[in-house]
Amino acid sequence: MPPWECSDAGGGTLRPERAYFYGTCLVDLFFPEAGLAGIKLLRRAGVEVVFPEGQTCCGQPAFNCGYREEARAVARGQVALFPGDLPVILPSGSCAGMMRNHYPELFHGEPDEAEVRAFSARVYELTEFLVDVLDLRLEDLGEPVKVTWHSSCHALRDLGLNGQPQALLGQLARVELAPLAREAECCGFGGTFSVRQPELSGAMACDKAADALATGADRMLSTDGGCLLNVQGVLGKQGAPLRVQHIAEFLWERTHAD
Amino acid sequence: MPEARTAILALLRAADAMEAIPAPDPSGLARRAWSPAERVTRLRKGMEAVHTEFLEAAPEDWPRQVLDFCRREGVADLLLGPRSGAGRALLAARSPGDPELVPYEEPVENFKDALFHRIGAGFTGTLAGVAETGGLLLEPGPEEPRLLSLVPPIHIALLRASTIEDTLAAAIRNRGWGKGRTNNALLISGPSKTADIEQTLAYGVHGPKRLVVVLVDDLVG
Amino acid sequence: MQIDGAHPDFRAASARALLDPQLRANFRRAMDGLMAKRAAQFPDPADLKAMRDLGTAIRARSLLRLPELLEQLEASCTRNGIQVHWARTCQEANGKILGLLRTRGATRLVKGKSMVSEEMGLNHFLEANGVEALESDLGEYIIQLDGETPSHIIMPAIHKNRNQIARQFAQKIKDAQFTEDVDELTAMARRVLREKFFEADAGLSGVNFAVADTGTLCLVENEGNGRMSTHVPPLHIAVMGLEKVVGTLEEVAPLYALLTRSATGQAVTTYLNLIRGPRGQGELDGPREVHLVILDNGRSRIYADPGLRATLRCIRCGACMNHCPVYTRVGGHAYEAVYPGPIGKILTPQIEGVGVRHDQLHGSSLCGACAEVCPVRIPIPEILVRLRREATHDDPGSRVEGKGTGRTSAEDLSWRLWAMVLRRPRLYRTACWFATRFRRLLPADLPLLKAWTTARARPVPARRSLQERIRKEGLPHA
Repeated sequence: MPPWECSDAGGGTLRPERAYFYGTCLVDLFFPEAGLAGIKLLRRAGVEVVFPEGQTCCGQPAFNCGYREEARAVARGQVALFPGDLPVILPSGSCAGMMRNHYPELFHGEPDEAEVRAFSARVYELTEFLVDVLDLRLEDLGEPVKVTWHSSCHALRDLGLNGQPQALLGQLARVELAPLAREAECCGFGGTFSVRQPELSGAMACDKAADALATGADRMLSTDGGCLLNVQGVLGKQGAPLRVQHIAEFLWERTHAD
Repeated sequence: MPEARTAILALLRAADAMEAIPAPDPSGLARRAWSPAERVTRLRKGMEAVHTEFLEAAPEDWPRQVLDFCRREGVADLLLGPRSGAGRALLAARSPGDPELVPYEEPVENFKDALFHRIGAGFTGTLAGVAETGGLLLEPGPEEPRLLSLVPPIHIALLRASTIEDTLAAAIRNRGWGKGRTNNALLISGPSKTADIEQTLAYGVHGPKRLVVVLVDDLVG
Repeated sequence: MQIDGAHPDFRAASARALLDPQLRANFRRAMDGLMAKRAAQFPDPADLKAMRDLGTAIRARSLLRLPELLEQLEASCTRNGIQVHWARTCQEANGKILGLLRTRGATRLVKGKSMVSEEMGLNHFLEANGVEALESDLGEYIIQLDGETPSHIIMPAIHKNRNQIARQFAQKIKDAQFTEDVDELTAMARRVLREKFFEADAGLSGVNFAVADTGTLCLVENEGNGRMSTHVPPLHIAVMGLEKVVGTLEEVAPLYALLTRSATGQAVTTYLNLIRGPRGQGELDGPREVHLVILDNGRSRIYADPGLRATLRCIRCGACMNHCPVYTRVGGHAYEAVYPGPIGKILTPQIEGVGVRHDQLHGSSLCGACAEVCPVRIPIPEILVRLRREATHDDPGSRVEGKGTGRTSAEDLSWRLWAMVLRRPRLYRTACWFATRFRRLLPADLPLLKAWTTARARPVPARRSLQERIRKEGLPHA
């Protein structure tokens, strides 16, 4: 490529002008600000966001418990909301992993398998999209703050998120990222695990909360609402001063002037 | 009992067919190849890290090194295979004042008590060495019985530098270690050890407490 | 292995274990150490990937040819003078071994470490039939002294600290003085066990890898008790699960490299012992007889299912349990099974029944730490989800043991209701409306909420859901 031409944004992918946004049920009910922030980040970056009505849940809870028929029925409803070939962006590593990696297997042998595969190939987690596709540039407008990062298991291992959130945080000049001990260890949410094995889940959540508190950070950030809800629950019960926050909400807060 | 065999094989053969799997491809592995001199260094490093002791020797004087070591360490009886090349060399080099060289030439049933309760050290040769991780490769057999390198509290092993291969895989390929010449083949990397008590390393569990490698520098140049 | 003959209950057993601070501390320290050691052995990610790809391919291809390889193994072993026996069940295997011991008048058996023999309950069976079966691996010896079972497949006494072991030795070993010094404790065990090797009529071992083309049994160890058990007594009996066979010794080299690094973070163990036959022509030592017992015990059924066969790739390294956040917190005994940890969670239900072991299938958050380190890429979380399916549904064509027996009408109903609401956006929106409007008023005794709040404050929904805000305010402006 001649030196006077600009390369494509991130990895040669052409920059899309429009994209779908899928809220996910946990963000919908518990972290709506994260959803709104995600949409704003995309719009500010020049992507027209389409938010279809009728979204409910990706189906993962039933799928993980072996209730495939129920999961498939719900999943089918989601896929139908996103026709065409626009990317589908989610503020959740776990739901993005479900839609991208597990839908194809869930629909194996079904009449709409091909359509679902095509859908799955368009699914992105938000930070993945911001970094790999948009090559987003951020300018920190906030006061100095110390945060710590919890890498949600599904985002890390199922989806294969590899440093995108850290790359975004790294661009914020006055944000100090304190390393979290055992960062990649599960927080204990695991969807239904949190209520089927509450003692185990609680112990894991307590350890995660303790590790987060030990960093001295003001906030613990994550891509995933389940993890946030889980650790927030422990911190709330202890009355601890640490705040958990979805990375979308944090990024928007740091980079926009009111 | 033939029914068990027939039944099991039938069950296995009744399995759903699966796709063929491409042949394993080792080409993606990192390169593990060193010069002859580097191989010696690597082997020593790997083995010394697990408490193996080394005596350096020249091709002519290694028997004297072994005998002097036994004198220094107060080993009164050194067990060896009298018919192996190394065993014969050791026997020929023995002088008065050196430890007694006990030939392992009868079935173990005839001297099990002495073997377990009296013999101070056992001497063997080796087939080759493994540079990557450190390790000796042996093929115990009629000339050098299995228990020589296991029961006595000290195992003294002769290793010629020129026989050190890059890796275990290379040794299997180039020297045919373990490919069927003998009924027992062995890789030894150090004195016996365990970490079963609070993951704390302790040496000298059931196998020899000490492994002493007599490293003969027979590298050309 | 069940407590009081009642259904194993992983939730209850873990809850108990979680209340034991000593156990938690022991395991946390041990697992952190093992994870660090393994990481240090794999500094190059590209090389690690290549090693795992190679190991996976070797194991997968061996399984593809399993019946053929087993036949070849039997033929080669027989040619070498190793007598081969087949056993469909643990009872058959135990019976065979007792028969071999009895006809040779053997009453003192010394054992190298063998998880398969634990699976068979061999020690109890032999003791009940007048044969002393003494464990010689230090970790196994320690737990045998206490009448316990192993809590880890590689480090069976990992749940004990040195003080516990010191007290035990002082109590149970003749003329022993109390000491917490690890070297002294080890020397005590060496003394006791040396005499046992000397006197034993027979030795028993497992098999890490069986090589079909040359008829060779490969044993991996650090202590030397495996070599002692297999070379000193006049009779050596080896037991193996039928999945352990590979085609050639060349294939063992990369598997061995993965095993030692994944298990204990060692580049190489003290010994790799290859046994191709009993005392041969002209040999002065070695056993007069070597026997190999090949055990099925449900493996052929696992083998038959393409989606579950990966379970059998396992080389028993234990890396999965070392990295498991659940295992780390509760230790091996909470699983009430021979094989603990992630591999145990998929193996035990398939052998004993998915309904009986439904509890264990849900004792996982599906975090995937296990699959990430498995040297032969067993997709444990995927298999767990599949087995959860099998537990709750009786699918035609499935051969899984106990399929459908974990089904409850309560769970069926819950998921049907869940699907009913989530397939109907208007119903979902109504549910969200209630959740947001009555966000702090959910009754604390609601079953799921009660479970949640054992360690956490109740979750409080937002004032307005994302969708309601977008509906009312439009998409937010940048």
